[in-house]
Amino acid sequence: MEHKRLTLFAGHYGSGKTNIAVNYALHLASEGKKVCIADLDIVNPYFRTADSAKALKEAGIDLITSQFTNSNVDLPALPAEAYRLVQDKNSFAVMDIGGDDRGAYALGRYVPFIKEENNYRMVFVANASRPLTRTPAEALEVMGEIEQACGLCFTCIVNNTNLASETTAETVLESLSYIEALSALSGLPVWLHTAEKAVAATLADTLNNVFPLQLQEKYFDLPSQKPKARPLWG
Amino acid sequence: MAERVLMKGNEAIAEAAIRAGCRHYFGYPITPQTEIAAYMAKKMPKIGGVFLQAESEVASINMVYGAAAAGMRVMTSSSSPGISLKAEGLSYIAGSDVPALVVNVQRGGPGLGGIQPSQSDYFQATKGGGHGDYRMIVLAPASVQEMASLTIKGFNLADKYLMTAMILADGTIGQMMEPISFEDAQIETYEKPWALTGTNGERKHNIVNSLYLKPDELEVKNFERYERYKTVEEKEAMWEEYMMEDAEYCVVAFGIASRVAKNAVVAARAEGIKVGLIRPITLWPFPTKPLAAAAEKVKSFISVELNMGQMIEDIRLATGCKKPVSLCNRCGGMIPSPDEVLAAIRKAQKGE
Repeated sequence: MEHKRLTLFAGHYGSGKTNIAVNYALHLASEGKKVCIADLDIVNPYFRTADSAKALKEAGIDLITSQFTNSNVDLPALPAEAYRLVQDKNSFAVMDIGGDDRGAYALGRYVPFIKEENNYRMVFVANASRPLTRTPAEALEVMGEIEQACGLCFTCIVNNTNLASETTAETVLESLSYIEALSALSGLPVWLHTAEKAVAATLADTLNNVFPLQLQEKYFDLPSQKPKARPLWG
Repeated sequence: MAERVLMKGNEAIAEAAIRAGCRHYFGYPITPQTEIAAYMAKKMPKIGGVFLQAESEVASINMVYGAAAAGMRVMTSSSSPGISLKAEGLSYIAGSDVPALVVNVQRGGPGLGGIQPSQSDYFQATKGGGHGDYRMIVLAPASVQEMASLTIKGFNLADKYLMTAMILADGTIGQMMEPISFEDAQIETYEKPWALTGTNGERKHNIVNSLYLKPDELEVKNFERYERYKTVEEKEAMWEEYMMEDAEYCVVAFGIASRVAKNAVVAARAEGIKVGLIRPITLWPFPTKPLAAAAEKVKSFISVELNMGQMIEDIRLATGCKKPVSLCNRCGGMIPSPDEVLAAIRKAQKGE
């Protein structure tokens, strides 16, 4: 895999940006690179990059996050040291951007530096199973809103179509026509298809650019205890 | 294949409300429920509905009151401190016998508290919160699917019994993502001849009001209302039982706590401890029946809660204090681990 010095993950709220950013940073570190990851999510108070702090630290990855992350202070503050990402060119940097246009506004202040250096990949993370981006046209709309908010255009697409624990190879394969349509509409190439590592293993023969994800373990729901896929209507 | 989508708990509530026919949402942002408002803001304009961010929680609940009086399916959502602000409106809505859906995605309290998950508004939801004699139907989802299905159920029940249905969720279920389906949703509609829809000069004015200055009239209103509440108590209690057939110990937990407790029950069973779980799905009406039945056969109860012990009082009432009830709890935004619940089950087995 060829890497840019800066990799930015943005996309629709809940499309899987954080999981991919953490896994990509770990991948870079496993190749022996000096890596820095920043949590620039000013929107979402739960389920953040900082939740993976231990794994990132063990891999020698420098984590930059707001001093208020996972505290009880609900402040949309950016860490001052995030400038290190765009100014220290000796590290590979991974930026985890907040969801939708309202999350991407935070990126704007770094964009002049990013454009000047011009060694970046701006990734649109797509999940066809999300209800507000069920069609390629809806995803394209979100893409445009994010670009307008932060002032930076996407350079590629990552297909992260999944249904959480119910994801199978079919889930990913069925999304290919969606992703191809989005690629055609936007004129952007599909960089990677991502999937939880067990699912990714079954896709390796069919797709040549599969990136396996190690997902965070949940606090509840043992494998035998997964909630039944049965709606409780009535 | 059933169409399944991946949703956040908060988004599932918003989408379910729209599918249930809700076209009026009035709210005010607060973590950890803001995704409900964000989803409504995005979708309502596209389907001819109303999304309105009011100037305050007090304003938003009174807008709900107004739209409900006009016969609309209407909702608001907030988190703990915001629900306290809405308390006056909740009482007026109850006193006027109009239906509404109110969502509380709880965070730690009291006061401004924190933004992490909690179940410490159990008393507020089930015992009042606002002034006067009134009840709300309180539904406690334990999964993203239930966030959706109980929202639709809540609208149905609110219209059926002319009262407020509250979704009492917590920050974890509001924020977590799970695959869900909207297939087979049972959306009921009810005639609203009392609604303020304009007379067209063809009928007498309808009046929606909570003011009754003559004490005998106000008493009759309350008696009538409590007759209706009695029907709700008899017919609408919902719960889930898990491994209760031969249980000697009974864990009682709702919402996210029940997800953790279920793991502990499985682990305790592996150790040979005969333990089961009763999960109230309606907190009001409280599922008295299965708990009273369990009190006849189990040795003790363990209440698992994300608060200082609130539901434990209803367990004691439902079981007539027949068997001891112990408490396994965390609060302030902390969630008990399955191991902590398992330790509480072991202690119960030793009679400690």
